[in-house]
Amino acid sequence: MKISEIVNLLDAKVICGDDMLENDVFSACGSDMMSDVLAYVKDQAVLLTGLVNSQVIRTAEMMDMVCIVFVRSKQPSEEMIELARESGMAVLTTDLRLYEACGKLYVNGLIGNGRKSHE
Amino acid sequence: MSESLTFHYDVDGEDFTSAGQASVQVKKNLRRLGIPPEIIRQVSIAMYEGEINMVIHAGGGDADVIVSEDRIEIILADHGPGIADIELAMQEGYSTAPDSVRSLGFGAGMGLPNMKRYTDEMTIDSKVGEGTTIKMTVKL
Ligand SMILES: Nc1ncnc2c1ncn2[C@@H]1O[C@H](COP(=O)(O)OP(=O)(O)O)[C@@H](O)[C@H]1O
Ligand SMILES: [Mg+2]
Repeated sequence: MKISEIVNLLDAKVICGDDMLENDVFSACGSDMMSDVLAYVKDQAVLLTGLVNSQVIRTAEMMDMVCIVFVRSKQPSEEMIELARESGMAVLTTDLRLYEACGKLYVNGLIGNGRKSHE
Repeated sequence: MSESLTFHYDVDGEDFTSAGQASVQVKKNLRRLGIPPEIIRQVSIAMYEGEINMVIHAGGGDADVIVSEDRIEIILADHGPGIADIELAMQEGYSTAPDSVRSLGFGAGMGLPNMKRYTDEMTIDSKVGEGTTIKMTVKL
C-alpha cells in the first residue's frame, strides 16, 4: 500500500514527508506502549499510535519504520516533526481512534505480521 | 578498519524529552560506517532500551559505543540506585517504573530482556547505592 493510500483511507493530514507518499509499505502496527513496539514489532513499516512524545519518533527510527500516524487528532510538536524530518519519516495525523484507523488499513490489505507475540 | 572507534555520550537524566538521543546518533554513525542494517538495528535497539533505563531509573549516565573489527560494544554506566536482584529485573514484565513513566509509553518490563535478546553478550554489574554498568556486545 502506498502512503498516499493511507492518507486517503484515514482522511489524514500529511505533517511531513510529502516526498514519501508514493513509497510502498507492507505492514503496520498500532500501540501506545513503545516498550511493546521495541519488544514485539518485526519489520512493520508503519506505526499508529495515540501517544505523542519524542520517543515515539525515536522508537520508530530504531525499528526502521518509515511512517507514523498519530490518531485521535493528536498533534506532534515542532521538535518531534523536526526529528521525523531528520530521520526521513512521514508523519500523518487522523481524527480516527486507534482501533478504527488500524481496522481501516487492515481490511484494505495492510497487514500486521501474522506472528503471535511470543514467536 | 583495524583500529577501534569510540563514540561517547553523556545521557541527561533530567529531561525525558531528550531520552534516546544518543541512540539515534549512534544509529546514524553506524550507518555512515557502512555497518550492515541488521546489526545496526540490534545495536541501536539494545542501546535505546539501556539509554531509556538510565534516564527513568538512574538519573542519567555515560554511554560508550566501541566499534572494532569484529564487534560492537555498548557500555552504559550510571551512578543510580543500582539493581538489587538482577535475576528478577531480567524477567519479562518485571518493572518498578511508576505510572508516570508508563504514560510516556515505557515501563513494561521488557527493556532488559530485550537488550539480552538483541545482543550476543550482556553483563550487568550493579551495586545497590552505587550504580549500574551494563556491557553488551554484538558480533560483526
Ligand atoms: N540502570 C538502571 N538502574 C537501576 N535500576 C534499573 C536500571 N535498569 C533497569 N533497572 C531495574 O530493572 C527493572 C527492569 O528493567 P526493564 O526490563 O528495562 O523494564 P522497565 O524499564 O520497563 O521497568 C526496572 O524496572 C528497574 O527496577
Ligand atoms: Mg526499561
